[in-house]
Amino acid sequence: MLGAALLWFQMMQPLEWLGVSPPPLEELTVERTIIDDDGLALKVRAGGSEPMRIAQVQVDGAYWRFLQEPAGELARGQAAWLRIAYPWVEDELHEVTFVTGTGVTFGHTIEVAEATPQPSIAQLSGYGVIGLFVGVLPVALGMCLLPALQHAGTRGFQFTLSLTLGLLAFLLVDTLEAGLALGAEAASLFQGPALVWLAALAGFLALMAVGRRHHRPPEGRALAWYIALGIGLHNLGEGLAIGGAFATGAGALGTFLVIGFTLHNLTEGVAIAAPLTRQSVPAWAWGGLVVLAGLPAVLGMWLGAYAFAPHWSALFLGLGVGAILQVCVEVTDYLRRTAVMEGMSPVSGTSASGVVAGIAIMYTTAFLVQV
Amino acid sequence: MITQGEVDHVRNGFDPSVMLTDWDTGKVGRLASGQRLREYTITAIDKEIEIAPGIRFPAWTYNGRVPGPSLRATEGDRIRIRFVNAGSHAHTLHFHGIHSAQMDGVPGAGEAAPGEAFTYEFDAEPFGCHLYHCHSLPLKRHIHKGLYGAFIVDPNPQRHPEHEPAARSRLLGSEENARWQEFVMVMNGFDTNFDEENEIYAVNTVAHAYVNRPIRLERSRPARIYLINVTEFDPVNSLHLHANFFDYYDHGTTLTPTLRTVDAVMQCQAQRGILEFSFADHEPGRYMFHAHQSEFVELGWMSLFEVV
Repeated sequence: MLGAALLWFQMMQPLEWLGVSPPPLEELTVERTIIDDDGLALKVRAGGSEPMRIAQVQVDGAYWRFLQEPAGELARGQAAWLRIAYPWVEDELHEVTFVTGTGVTFGHTIEVAEATPQPSIAQLSGYGVIGLFVGVLPVALGMCLLPALQHAGTRGFQFTLSLTLGLLAFLLVDTLEAGLALGAEAASLFQGPALVWLAALAGFLALMAVGRRHHRPPEGRALAWYIALGIGLHNLGEGLAIGGAFATGAGALGTFLVIGFTLHNLTEGVAIAAPLTRQSVPAWAWGGLVVLAGLPAVLGMWLGAYAFAPHWSALFLGLGVGAILQVCVEVTDYLRRTAVMEGMSPVSGTSASGVVAGIAIMYTTAFLVQV
Repeated sequence: MITQGEVDHVRNGFDPSVMLTDWDTGKVGRLASGQRLREYTITAIDKEIEIAPGIRFPAWTYNGRVPGPSLRATEGDRIRIRFVNAGSHAHTLHFHGIHSAQMDGVPGAGEAAPGEAFTYEFDAEPFGCHLYHCHSLPLKRHIHKGLYGAFIVDPNPQRHPEHEPAARSRLLGSEENARWQEFVMVMNGFDTNFDEENEIYAVNTVAHAYVNRPIRLERSRPARIYLINVTEFDPVNSLHLHANFFDYYDHGTTLTPTLRTVDAVMQCQAQRGILEFSFADHEPGRYMFHAHQSEFVELGWMSLFEVV
């Protein structure tokens, strides 16, 4: 049926009955930029209604000869590398303009030209160390507060869980914003923003289903694992952003900023520790939680620096949003149940101030990392 | 740097290398009064042209080419032009010259609707390097889409006894003129994405055409360029000649230079002039000439003389 209908449409061309023959729509997105001794290399993806041809390339308002691989017209969704032997100037801005066969232009700005990192042991280690400082170290330090939390009373426990909820709420907003921003940079074909929302929804539903597969909500150590997963995905996104900023020279990431992220992420460890205060935690679990929550930052750094593509980032960040939303729901539920068990109201001065404190801590420490 | 690839001049139906010298002197006849008559036919046609390798521009053209035919006459000739509008919009021929109001080629006087025609008639005055263009509205779009061309009026030597040798050297068909290597160069630009900034600059339309095929210039003969600026959107355009200097005749309406020994000249839109120079004392080789708005150079307005 569908085949026949499509065939009929193709043969009869009912669009011609409308009497309009608009020029083909063209769309071009730059997905990656590599800057090295050979000049500039850009990975572009076409998203036109018909195959399109990149006729000429301007750099800083001058035509430059370029090499396209693969050569020729670009079909919808097809990507190609363009290499331009351009004598770029370190630390300065360059504007690349693609002129298509129909004379339409697409601009791409290289904000600050810096040689793209070449994978080397030293560089990988460098990014790895930054990832450890941004992801693993703060989570581990935060979790070291576990013994202190274990000695807190019922109110202290409620406060810690509420604090965690506030913190997760901040991460939810932060991850969603980052995901939507990256999604907007993706080729229109991939519908970046929709990808973020849908990945979030799918991630949330899947984790909820997995978490409650035994017909009861996760708590204790299980809840800690889910929180670690959500935070891990958030840290992956943070790593992608920092790595990408390094690679494109857009962020002059100094020591100050790395320390800022370390402080900002300290509370993440507290969040993971919060549901563990009423049980013993073996060393392997403790280590596993740190790795799950913190190590994705290292992975994100590497991906961001060497293999940056906005649609993949949008997908991962969307999943992160879903994972964080799941733990928000479960922590809230856990908070409610423990309060009821202790004969307290789930919405109390303690829990409210905990949530506000969590958001406030994240917001103020974020001052250190906003540039 | 430079544009990549080659333009298909055959498909365009015009070749910038040929355009340099292909004067259209019209069909010559005589009026009862004895005055020489030159008759031309110019047709406005919508046509997609390739202005740089791979870049197609939906142009409006005179006779299918941009710039339109280089009309050449002698001062005092009667000019009669049958203008046929085969395009999709109203168009005119507005001449920079001396004529009556009804022959001005503006809306309300000599504008031809699509499918219609109009005949312009006037005397070729004054001598000089002039131009014609469409004056329909919106003017900016009608000009930058490609409706313009050169209108060269040679001086009649008999009318200029005090400068007869100079006048004779400018008169096409004279023995003195045959020594000269003459070129018409219309500086133009194309806004391919219609954002009111040109993506392409050129002389005679095709970006970097005379880099890919340098213009042959014999050292033993003097050179003369009829230079006309029709560039839209930018206030001025210019020409700078490398390794040499030239005399310049603003508008070409004098027989003595208005500027002597310069190597760069600036023109606003519709300004034009004649450049005269010689490479007699130079060694053979390639000599550049280009706009000295360096921006224009690498966007297409860059050229070479192959001096032999």
